[in-house]
Amino acid sequence: MSASLTILQAGPALSLQDLGRPGFLAQGLTKGGASDPTALNEGAALLRQAASNAVIEMAGTGGSFRPDTDIRIALTGAKMAANIDGEAVIWNASHLLPAGTTLTIGGAQNGSYGYLHVGGGFATEPQMGSRASHLSAGLGQALKSGDVLPIGSDSSKETGMTLPADTRFGGGVVRVVASMQTEAFAPETRERFFQTAFKRDSRANRMGVRMDHDGEGFSTDGQLSIVSEVIVPGDIQITGDGAPFVLMCECQTTGGYPRIGTVIPCDLPRVAQAQTGAAIKFEFVDMEQAVALQLRYLKEIKSLVSAVTPLVRDPANIRDLLSYQLVGGVISANADPFEEGF
Amino acid sequence: MTDWPQIHTVGLSGVLVSFADKLSEPANRAALAFRATVDAQDWPEVSETSTSLVSTFLRVDLAATPFEAIKEKLISLIGDKDWFSAPLPQGRTLWHVPTVYGTDLAPQLEEAAKVAGVDPDQAIKELSETRVRVLTIGFAPGQPYLGELSETWNIPRQQQLTQAVPAGALVVAVKQLVVFTNITPTGWRHVGQTAFRTFRPDAEKAFALSPGDEMVFPPISAPEFKTIQVKDTSGNGGAVTEVLS
Repeated sequence: MSASLTILQAGPALSLQDLGRPGFLAQGLTKGGASDPTALNEGAALLRQAASNAVIEMAGTGGSFRPDTDIRIALTGAKMAANIDGEAVIWNASHLLPAGTTLTIGGAQNGSYGYLHVGGGFATEPQMGSRASHLSAGLGQALKSGDVLPIGSDSSKETGMTLPADTRFGGGVVRVVASMQTEAFAPETRERFFQTAFKRDSRANRMGVRMDHDGEGFSTDGQLSIVSEVIVPGDIQITGDGAPFVLMCECQTTGGYPRIGTVIPCDLPRVAQAQTGAAIKFEFVDMEQAVALQLRYLKEIKSLVSAVTPLVRDPANIRDLLSYQLVGGVISANADPFEEGF
Repeated sequence: MTDWPQIHTVGLSGVLVSFADKLSEPANRAALAFRATVDAQDWPEVSETSTSLVSTFLRVDLAATPFEAIKEKLISLIGDKDWFSAPLPQGRTLWHVPTVYGTDLAPQLEEAAKVAGVDPDQAIKELSETRVRVLTIGFAPGQPYLGELSETWNIPRQQQLTQAVPAGALVVAVKQLVVFTNITPTGWRHVGQTAFRTFRPDAEKAFALSPGDEMVFPPISAPEFKTIQVKDTSGNGGAVTEVLS
């Protein structure tokens, strides 16, 4: 029997995402995939499954969802108010979503992108090796109310697990290495760039995030025309008006605007999650530091699985406390200890 | 040319080998030839390669492979030959793509001819007989930048954008042609219309073109174009191909 999830009401920017579609750079297609890959790894750890599973990415706000059978879910990324049939559920945790119940997810409170993961992942037909929508390339579609998404088979029943909250939300310090065009900017311009307090502009999407600041713009010496060159996500492009744009997962593959530096991959989720007005400061690091930071991040991602702990419930917050068997003292030898999750 | 090529890191995502700081035929050819040679090495740390107008990019996880290690291998490979006089890679495809010039299907032919300083018949002759190379692919998936045309076609982009030029449009500016992947607002002038689809996400081969391929756009009539639209559902738009050696 295959499970499915119906989208009763879709927020304005829901899309199916996974780790993306690498290998097509020469043909003009960037990898795409989730804006916040760290969240994909967190959801995978919570559900004890591969990070390659497809999830629903919710930009700004969520929606309401109903499964046709009992499924496991995990909620990660920017914190959003969520409830199951009116009962609040904890973010950054896994839960049982019983058949026929309604999961309602509200607006993002501390970031830009929330993620809804399901046990077994969404099982839509892959296109060019991935289930990720890449809307700027015309791949996939924004999810809409009434869509019914098939779910893959789930090998686990464990729910009620959580991860400690991460610090990548709300802006902060973003580390940057030199790009191939960094030296086209005068040393004073570079220094000013790294001392400037930026705010995430309201102009931001899966292609790029504009940074706003007081004072004059940043430009290359004499506004040299630069030959169109390869772009990677994280590149900080300075456009005609002197404002920096951090290029994100769905950016173009080449571009002719100069790049003052490149955000290191482990800090790109921080840029993606910064909400409008969040303070961002760029900090220059050399390659050696960048490699060390990235390796430390990868190690942390690997250890997420062991950081997962059972949700501890405060009995005072359990509305239906009396329905729990508190003193029965009978434990079945056959019961799956993870069935209840706590 | 002694300053070139140059090797740079691209964030932690890879390494760029640049052959020039502006477009030229030898630098574009060098980038294509060097990419083919890198591909043939089959280095395990290189997960994909691409070319832009004058550079070859190698996707390498620089957190896993030290830059100095890959740089050393690249310097050794670069030293093998003069890449600016290297031949283009073999096995590229030459595409003959039937094209309607002018008419309602491509309404800016006459305007473009006027800006270029030739009459419309001469414009069609030049545009349809010039064999152009896929210099790079970008902006939209599978979308080729083709060149270079003669100096006659060194015409600027228009100041006012045309709001919606259809997919398959052949457009011209700055000695280059582009075949549009998607319906696009553009400052390039719409001189021809093809039924060629550069990006076919549901086909086994999603991208028709590779950098280094060549294209020529023989003229057809509007009725012939309509027939092709009905008959050729492959996305090739009636194109015939030959392998270049």
